[in-house]
Amino acid sequence: MRKLAILVLIVVLYTACKSGGDKQTLPIFGNRDAVTKTVNGKQVTDTVYQTIPSFKFVNQYGDTITDKSLKGDIYVADFFFTTCPSICPIMHRNMLKVYNEFKRESDFKIISHTIDPKHDTVPVLKKYADKLGIAGNAWWLLQGKKEETYTLGEKSYLVAVKQDDGTPGGFVHQGWFVLVDKQKRIRGYYDGTVDADVAKLINDIKTLRAETDVEIAQ
Amino acid sequence: MKIRAIIFICVLLTVIVISCQSEEQLDFKRYYSSGSLVYKQKCQNCHGANGEGLTSLVPPLTDSDYLKKNKAVLACMVKYGIKETIITINGKGYEGAMPPTDLAPVEIAQVLTYLSNSFGNHMGTITSDTVSKDLETCK
Repeated sequence: MRKLAILVLIVVLYTACKSGGDKQTLPIFGNRDAVTKTVNGKQVTDTVYQTIPSFKFVNQYGDTITDKSLKGDIYVADFFFTTCPSICPIMHRNMLKVYNEFKRESDFKIISHTIDPKHDTVPVLKKYADKLGIAGNAWWLLQGKKEETYTLGEKSYLVAVKQDDGTPGGFVHQGWFVLVDKQKRIRGYYDGTVDADVAKLINDIKTLRAETDVEIAQ
Repeated sequence: MKIRAIIFICVLLTVIVISCQSEEQLDFKRYYSSGSLVYKQKCQNCHGANGEGLTSLVPPLTDSDYLKKNKAVLACMVKYGIKETIITINGKGYEGAMPPTDLAPVEIAQVLTYLSNSFGNHMGTITSDTVSKDLETCK
């Protein structure tokens, strides 16, 4: 009888802990503004978050890709170039883990912007994709005007990208994977060269996919 | 008393075994452990922690036959890199370039000793002298 009571207690405690600690939300990054407007005669204050602005690039298949192509998708963005001798191989070794986990999900995408569009033409990107072993439309390698890519990186994704002939490969960039939600808000930064960060990214994508469309109160 | 004697004998035996390791074995261990650090810094990004390479982009370092056959040019490859070419590893063609490094001959010897005795390869020590000699014949 006593044993049974202890067992019941353990089960109750376990489930109590579990339901309490399970609910997670991801933070929202970037600048935010409070906007007050009148709805139905009532004053309502809303928080407006920084979002990724519209863009237009070409993917490895030569298709035009704009922000509208990502409508309703959660996506991960990074910056790379195919001849990068430093951190790109390990970034994409890690991104492959993310790709393999979610490639069958219709609301998920990966976009990798090349920061060396002169060399990384559409055929070069296609060849890179083939060698990397990616197919279909879950992972796009995007090429466009250099200034537009750099501006998007620095102003919107808030990661550093620049050309510097003094560094190996000729470009400076950081290994961030940036997680963006369906409302185009930044929800996470992960160091693509660190295994633990990538494991967290995979976990956070699951959390984000489970998030309802209800606005998160902050 | 008896236990003490046994412990003493054990310690003695251990000391004898350690000191009996030949100079060659010690050399190998020194090269190998330093080489694993060089590997982490200079090679692992592309070739992977287990020498597995990266899909079809980067060849693995697990082709023992290739390493044996090309033993004399491995130092040149590490130092000067590989120009855009196709090389066949484990029966599969890899196209691309490998960047040069600024490693000293002794570091090249260390990293070659490490990788040619890891990932299923067993080639023994590649010494600094061998590397220096091999580097003179680079094309």
